[in-house]
Amino acid sequence: MKKFACLFVFLMAASTAFGAPLDAFKSLEGTLDIAGGTAHIPVMTQAAQDIMTFNPKIRITVAGGGSGVGVKQVGEGLAGIGNTGRPLKESEIKQYGLKTFPFAIDGVALAVHPENPVKALTKEQVVKIYSGEITDWKELGGNPGRINLYGREDGSGTRETFTDKLFGKGELSPAVNVVNSNGAMKTAIAQDKRAIGYVGIGHLDSSIAGVAIDGHVPSQENAASGEYPVVRNLFMNTKGEPTGLTAAFIGYIYSEPGAKIIEKSGYIPLPRAEN
Amino acid sequence: MALSVSAILGTVIAFILVSGIEALVRGQGLSLFGSVWNPNAGRFGILTMIQCSVLLALSSLCLSWCLSLGCCCMMNGLAPKFIAKFLMTILTLMTAIPTVVYGFAAVFLLVPIIRDALGGTGFCWLTASMILALQGVPTMTFIMDGAVRSIAEETKITASALGMTSLQHLSRIVLPIASKSMLSAAILGLGRTVGDALIPTMLAGNAIRFAMSPLDSMRTLTAHISLVLSSDIGGGEHLSLLLAGALLLTFCALISIISRRLVRRKTS
Repeated sequence: MKKFACLFVFLMAASTAFGAPLDAFKSLEGTLDIAGGTAHIPVMTQAAQDIMTFNPKIRITVAGGGSGVGVKQVGEGLAGIGNTGRPLKESEIKQYGLKTFPFAIDGVALAVHPENPVKALTKEQVVKIYSGEITDWKELGGNPGRINLYGREDGSGTRETFTDKLFGKGELSPAVNVVNSNGAMKTAIAQDKRAIGYVGIGHLDSSIAGVAIDGHVPSQENAASGEYPVVRNLFMNTKGEPTGLTAAFIGYIYSEPGAKIIEKSGYIPLPRAEN
Repeated sequence: MALSVSAILGTVIAFILVSGIEALVRGQGLSLFGSVWNPNAGRFGILTMIQCSVLLALSSLCLSWCLSLGCCCMMNGLAPKFIAKFLMTILTLMTAIPTVVYGFAAVFLLVPIIRDALGGTGFCWLTASMILALQGVPTMTFIMDGAVRSIAEETKITASALGMTSLQHLSRIVLPIASKSMLSAAILGLGRTVGDALIPTMLAGNAIRFAMSPLDSMRTLTAHISLVLSSDIGGGEHLSLLLAGALLLTFCALISIISRRLVRRKTS
């Protein structure tokens, strides 16, 4: 019983500590529409839920659509925040007068079974593996056996980063098995000695082994320092300087609980840039 | 009440069919019925998924129907009483297990066995159809059992008077009379195997290509809908989903109509 009381007190304390950054929303009401990049969705929805639970007068909607849609919607005033998984183009900033807020690093790591001796690949080898040109581990110096390919579904942010930063524009092999979450990917790789797949860097643990790309080891630190190449920043964009609810929302994403949400979604939080 | 429910159902069905047709009209040039799925190149063919859906449904139905028939015969005289009772308890328990548990257990138990014994990734047609078949056994068995039990009771004394063993009784008298129920069990099973999304998504591998061997990874229409819907972005992908939905609905409706026809013909 005492234990439960302690836990309760602890939870209460935690929730008040958690509540502090939400104070900015106390006197606000209205609607905020968010659209754009799919990788952002888990972060945005969790933040929106926290805020709406704290103050039910606020309504926040989160839609996907991809980076292009994000820019277009925020530029034309259809959304308060437009998310992109790439930096804005010069032309987009000029045309719409957008302001950009990088808030997280999304890194994607290639992974294999821990017992697989192949722990480093070159970019060319990765492209050849996923396009179906290399089909046997012995061609890569591993134990002979067919390479079992795993990938993510269309529209996945992790897949987008993998294709944009590593695989390129080629055609994926039709033999790629598709799973629909980072968790399912980990389960698949952890069980299959001949597997190769990719996960968000935050999801790497001892059940699977990360693969170095051109000598760069995938880790949170290397992704943050820029040493590891398969990363991209996630941006929120607003039309002009944000005000009111929009500004408060962006402030919340950069706050302590915001950073927690970002980490929980498998990304690395970035501090607010001074500009 | 009944009217409003059927009105709502009718609207839903009409909506799915209309959006399917709309997808076909608007999707001209996207080759929706083609065999290539490559969103980057603007190709949204779902032919491979149609093939996989049909293969998976038929294979698991065959397996499931045979298993159910076996269970049904065991429970009606072929096995000792206590085994029959035990089987009944197991099957009743099985109906209470959610599909996702079958899928989850299979990922850890069946998939590695298939992979190590037969090669491939283990996420394949064979694995999915085995689990899908297993999952369908209880319902099909109970449908068969309902018919077989009452017929067996009616004809039991006559059969023993003629000196028939219980095997002869079942195979010569009961099963032929109960053939209608056997058929409706199969039809119901087919509807369920075509419509199940969770098992193929978790176990069949979801690679987009024609399945040629039981060890090939495959993506069914239902798995396709559940995979793409989670990140729907409009355009060709969306249209392909609408078409897939309409196809599934048409297919299930056809099955049900055909089964009614067959059943009616048998009775008259």
